[in-house]
Amino acid sequence: MKRLSTDRLWAMAVLAPSIILLAVFVYGFIFRTAYTSLTDWGNDPAQAFSLTPIIRFIGLQNYHDLFTSGLNTRFRQDLVSTLFFTIFFIAGCLGLGLAMALLLDRNPKAEGLWRTIFLFPMSLSFIVTGTIWRWMLQPQGGLNQLLHLNPASNGWLTSRDSVWSFDWNKLPLITAVLVALALLWVGWQALRSAQRTRMGVAFGCAALLLLWALVIGPNVKLLPAPELHGFNIAFIGIIIAAIWQMSGYTMALYLAGLRGIPEELREAARVDGANEWNTYRHVIFPLLAPITLSAMIILGHISLKIFDLVFAMTGPDNGPTDVPALLMYITSFRQNALAVGAAIGTVLLLLVAIIIVPYLASQFRSQEGHA
Amino acid sequence: MKKSIKNALVITAALGLTAQALAANKIEIFSWWAGDEGPALAALIKLYEAKYPAVKVDNATVTGGAGTNAKAVLKTRMLGGDPPDSFQAHAGQELTGTWVVANRMEDLTSLYKSEGWNSKFPKAVIDLISYKGGIYSVPVDVHRSNVMWYVPANLKKWGVSVPKTWHEMLTACTTLKAKGVATPLVMGENWTQQMIWESLATGMLGAQGWNNLWNGKLKFTDPKVVATFSMYGNLLDCANKDASGLSWQQATDRMLAGQAAFNIMGDWAAGYMTTTKKLKPGTDFAWSASPSTSGTFIMLADSFGLPKGAKDRTEVINWLKVLGSKQGQDAFNPLKGSIAARTDSDLGKYGAYSQSAANDWKKNTIVGSMVHGAAAPESFTSGFGSINDAFVSNRDAKAAAQASQDLADKSRIGM
Repeated sequence: MKRLSTDRLWAMAVLAPSIILLAVFVYGFIFRTAYTSLTDWGNDPAQAFSLTPIIRFIGLQNYHDLFTSGLNTRFRQDLVSTLFFTIFFIAGCLGLGLAMALLLDRNPKAEGLWRTIFLFPMSLSFIVTGTIWRWMLQPQGGLNQLLHLNPASNGWLTSRDSVWSFDWNKLPLITAVLVALALLWVGWQALRSAQRTRMGVAFGCAALLLLWALVIGPNVKLLPAPELHGFNIAFIGIIIAAIWQMSGYTMALYLAGLRGIPEELREAARVDGANEWNTYRHVIFPLLAPITLSAMIILGHISLKIFDLVFAMTGPDNGPTDVPALLMYITSFRQNALAVGAAIGTVLLLLVAIIIVPYLASQFRSQEGHA
Repeated sequence: MKKSIKNALVITAALGLTAQALAANKIEIFSWWAGDEGPALAALIKLYEAKYPAVKVDNATVTGGAGTNAKAVLKTRMLGGDPPDSFQAHAGQELTGTWVVANRMEDLTSLYKSEGWNSKFPKAVIDLISYKGGIYSVPVDVHRSNVMWYVPANLKKWGVSVPKTWHEMLTACTTLKAKGVATPLVMGENWTQQMIWESLATGMLGAQGWNNLWNGKLKFTDPKVVATFSMYGNLLDCANKDASGLSWQQATDRMLAGQAAFNIMGDWAAGYMTTTKKLKPGTDFAWSASPSTSGTFIMLADSFGLPKGAKDRTEVINWLKVLGSKQGQDAFNPLKGSIAARTDSDLGKYGAYSQSAANDWKKNTIVGSMVHGAAAPESFTSGFGSINDAFVSNRDAKAAAQASQDLADKSRIGM
């Protein structure tokens, strides 16, 4: 008993510094940022950098402005851009990473060399990647020169076109429909596995949401006038650079997963008469699912927080390729609207939390299970 | 025993004195001048060190982002209670709107009196750097925002003359397009586009109208201002579509290469073309005031001030005296490619473009640049980038004017 308690004391003494540092510099600052976002700090320029600023608590006003005020169109476009960027970036990295991993898993010649080459871009920082790809993609850059393309019509990063536009006013409606569809799918799965309560709840919620979307949804107006947001074509260049950087890493994850699948399983599948494709389809891919999930989480939080790559590729002032993290920086430190900057930061934190927290919770639970 | 105590006391006192002397004889100068502008700052520092050899100068430069990074570092340092002794800021509202209104700067009126600067700097400049009767910074250099550049031989080849007004510009644009010049007017990334609007608005509203925008007497929603945005839209049709991917140098290169006829850019372009490109001013390239703005000088200037709580106040005041002196300005500006803010500079030290700019500086009506922080505070300038971006995409003049007015209200312009 006595030994155990000295042990514990030691453990606490060793852990204390990092716990205190975490508490102050991570959670303390998160709290401080969240609080700042509820104030009007910087909304009056004279108070922004005053020695004794008068800072008032204004509740959720900054958030309300971000989502509905005419001056914050850029923030809303940034959110939409982030969504599209995240989808394409994750899809691209997973697809390319898996393809490279499958190729390398067949033990080609000089496998180690290929692996290093594919993994190499990850060792660069996003700033370096961004600079390289800016040189390649800018109007008079490498790609246009190499392929003799006309810079005026091949704007990799400079296009002002936008596709898949939707009216921001329809956002609640679209969200409700999408969530309802997801719930319907959950209900359908429950029906198939005969989980009656789960099915009931899922179908019930879906019906409620659809009812809302049909009856009340069309009358909800966030903005006085329609405001179109869509996927900006100029983002394609940035997506290419980001995939180039991170697909090698995804490959490494998949390769580790593939190497972890015992040979016996593949042999058993072959004995059972499965051809190559069916082995992958029914044996290997399902076993890679946890890797895909981990990769999605890691890539997802990188893409939500992306800043340096965009800063290096198109600078802080290019609306079509703007992201919330960049907007947060210039809103806080150039426009001096510190509270609004804090609000953008908090929105970003919440977005990342939506992805990370369920994952951490499930990891935590499965670890508890193992112990 | 007694002697050793005495010795110890003497040593301690001596140490104390040296420490004090060390502490007093230093100055930290905070700027974003590196690269091409580094030698100009070095010349100033050399001059200062020659005058005050006992002072150790700490040249604290934060590079990148055209000053954006330096300003972010400056702001965190000020909030953290660690102001640099003297820092670079664009003269005018950039300094006033962020630091003077926050009561962070010392009034320099007495310095201006003792050095006799009130008669040496143009009155319009003193007005731009004043706030509620106090003068808050010392401008080191002056650049001009409304300059239009062209290659005379190319214009001759295409048979167009230099447009004097914006309507003539549109006519020239049509002629040039008919002759196969796809982009009569070349522009670069966001801020260079804003400079075109700035020239345009000053030209169409007149110097007084432009000033009225910034003192709140003229609203952005006024039809006259909406018209400037419509005209800007017409000009965008004469410009290149890949602008957002070009630096100002690349835009200038296109004009020089004959892919475009005109380029509106600040007069740092003169330095780029003469020094980097080794071109001869007047023959290889030429310039005029941007259309409809001849007789008006849209100025921007770098300046230094004295933050409250500066650790080395005396040294800073001496530094400011060097900056504002004729000798200091004539050491700095020929190297940077700018002109002196003082009107009595020694023109023999300057290049051909700078001499013509210095003559205009004495004769023209001086107004402040919005893009470069002379006429409008950072809160406005920064937000206007987004408005410009939205306008370039949707060309909605009314919406741009309304958004500008909302932004002006939020930035408390004219209040």
